[in-house]
Amino acid sequence: MSGTTKNGLMHWIDQRLPVTATLEKHVTKYYAPSNFNFWYIFGVLSMLVLVNQILSGIWLTMKYVPSADEAFRSVEYIMRDVEYGWLIRYMHSTGASAFFVVVYLHMFRAILYGSYQKPRELVWLIGMAIYLLLTAEAFLGYVLPWGQMSYWGAQVIINLFGAIPVIGDDLTTWIRGDFMVSGITLNRFFALHVIALPLLLVALVFLHIVALHEVGSNNPDGVDIKKHLDEQGKPLDSVPFHPNYTIGKDLMGIAVFLIVFCGVLFFAPEMGGYFLEHPNFEPANTLKTPEHIAPVWYVAGFYAILSSVPDKLGGVIAMGAAIAILFVLPWLDRSPVRSWRYKGWMSKTAIVLFAISFVILTYLGGVPQTPENIIVARACSVLYFLFFLLMPIYTKIEKTKPVPERVTHR
Amino acid sequence: MAQDGVNMGRRRFLLATTGALGAVGAVGVAIPFVRSWNPSEKARAVGAPTVVDVSKVRVGQLITEMWRGKPIYITRRSAEMMATLESDEARRRLRDPDSRVQDQQPDWAVNDYRSRDESELLILEGVCTHLGCAPTFAPDVRPQPYDPNWQGGFYCPCHGSRFDLAGRVYSDVPAPTNLVVPPYFIEDGIATIGLEEAA
Repeated sequence: MSGTTKNGLMHWIDQRLPVTATLEKHVTKYYAPSNFNFWYIFGVLSMLVLVNQILSGIWLTMKYVPSADEAFRSVEYIMRDVEYGWLIRYMHSTGASAFFVVVYLHMFRAILYGSYQKPRELVWLIGMAIYLLLTAEAFLGYVLPWGQMSYWGAQVIINLFGAIPVIGDDLTTWIRGDFMVSGITLNRFFALHVIALPLLLVALVFLHIVALHEVGSNNPDGVDIKKHLDEQGKPLDSVPFHPNYTIGKDLMGIAVFLIVFCGVLFFAPEMGGYFLEHPNFEPANTLKTPEHIAPVWYVAGFYAILSSVPDKLGGVIAMGAAIAILFVLPWLDRSPVRSWRYKGWMSKTAIVLFAISFVILTYLGGVPQTPENIIVARACSVLYFLFFLLMPIYTKIEKTKPVPERVTHR
Repeated sequence: MAQDGVNMGRRRFLLATTGALGAVGAVGVAIPFVRSWNPSEKARAVGAPTVVDVSKVRVGQLITEMWRGKPIYITRRSAEMMATLESDEARRRLRDPDSRVQDQQPDWAVNDYRSRDESELLILEGVCTHLGCAPTFAPDVRPQPYDPNWQGGFYCPCHGSRFDLAGRVYSDVPAPTNLVVPPYFIEDGIATIGLEEAA
C-alpha cells in the first residue's frame, strides 16, 4: 500500500474497505508474464461478452412474456414494435454464439500451453464448471422464444435424462413439471435462465479469477516466471497487468473483436441459420418435429458424439463422458513440460488431431445423418476420446525438448 | 466436567448433534422446493380421452391428433403392408419384433400389426422412444437416404431412428424400444384414445 500519495478520502475508505489493496493485487500490481500472445485475449473477451449478455438480457426481460401463449408473440413484438428491440435481441443472440467462440478458444489456449497443469488445476476445474453452466444457460435461453427448435430442442435435451435407468422417466417429468414440454417448463426455464444460473455464473467467474491471481498466469512457454525475481520480489519476466496488458493488448483486442461482432450483429445476425436457426421462426408446434432438427453449433460436437452411438443409454453416456473427461485433464497430462512448444511430436499430433476431430464433429452435428456421416462421426468420436485416454501414456513416454529458463518472445 | 479445560468429547458430541439436526432441517426445507417442480394438479388433470372418427382414414394417410399433449398417429395399412409386417425377412431387422417389452403397448396389441383385433388401423403415440421427437411418416416402399431397403414406416429426423409400419423399432438405431401404442377402443368407426373400453 502506498499511503504517502493517497488523498484523505481514499485513505479513509481504504481503512474500511480494501479498495486500493484489491486494485493493486488484481490489476496494477498483478504481474503477468511478458510474453503473452494472441491467445491471451479470450479471457477478457469472455468477460466482455458476459457483460453484454447480462445487460441485453435485463432489457429483454422487460418486454418478454414467459408463457406458452405469449412467448413467441412477445419476441416478435420486441423485434418489430419496440424501439431498438431488434438490436438488443440480436446483441443477446449474437452474444450467445460469440460467448462460445471466445470460450472455446480460451479453453484451447489452456490445452496448447498446459495452463491446466499444476498449480492451476482449480483454475481449470472452475473454468470447466463455468463452461458447463454456460451450456445449460444457453440451452435454457434457447427455449424461451418458444419456436419450433426451442420446443423440440427442449424435448430432446430433457429426454436425455430419461436414459438414466430406473429413475429416468420420473426425472424427466420432474424437470418438465408436465408430461410433455409445456408452458410450465417454459416458466421454470425462464426463472433459471434469468436468475439462478447467471448468479452462479458470476460467482464462478469471480472464483476463476481469484484462483488464477493466487497462482499467477501461465504463458506460451509454460515456464514458471516466479523462479527469477528482481530485488523487489517481482518476476523479471513480467509486466503489470495494468497498464501493459489492459491498454497495450486488451483494448486493441476488444476493438478488433467488436468490429467482427458488430459485423455479425448488423449484417448476419442469423449467420445463415447457425446462430438463429430457421425453424425457430415458426411458433412451437407440439405435434410436428421440424424435418431437419439440429442443435445450435456450439453444442453440435457433443451432439454428434451422442448420435453416433446406436444405443440410447450408450449415446447419453458417451456425450456425458465427452464433457466429463475434460474435467480430469489436469491429471491425465503426465508431461514434465506445460507448453506444447516443448512437448514431443506425439503430444503435438494428438492436440492437432483432437482439434480437427472436434471441428468435424461440430460440423457433423449440424447436418442430416447419412450412413457415411455416421462412420466419420464415429471415427472422430474415437479420436476425441483417444486424445484424453492415451494422454497419460504419450505424455509420459515421449521425449520433450528442453524448456528455457526464461520466457521467449516470438 | 472439566472446569479448567475443554471437554473435547462433549464438544464433538454437541457439534455432531447440531450438525445432524441442521442437516435434517436442510433436507426438510429442500422438500417443498423439490416437490414444487412436480406436475401440478392442473397439469395432472389434463388427461381426458381424445375421440376421433377413424372410419374415413385411407390407406397410407396419416392423421395426427393430440392426447395428453402428445401427438397420436393414426393410419391405415394395405394388405401388402400387413403381409410385409409378418414376413420373416422384415422381422429379422427388428429389435423387438414380438413386442416383448411391456408398457410399450396394451396386451391386446401384442401382434405383428400392434393393433386391436389385428386390424389394419394403426394408432400410435408419435413420440420417438429415443429422445421424444415426432417421427416422420414415410409409408412408401422405396430406397431412402437413411435406408436403401426401406419397407415403409416411421423415420425420426432427430437421430435417425427407424420404425416399421407397426411402430416396431429397427435393431441398428438409437431408439431402444417400439413406439408406444396408447390405450384405445373403437366403436362404430369412432376411436376413443385414452380408454380401454366404453365406460
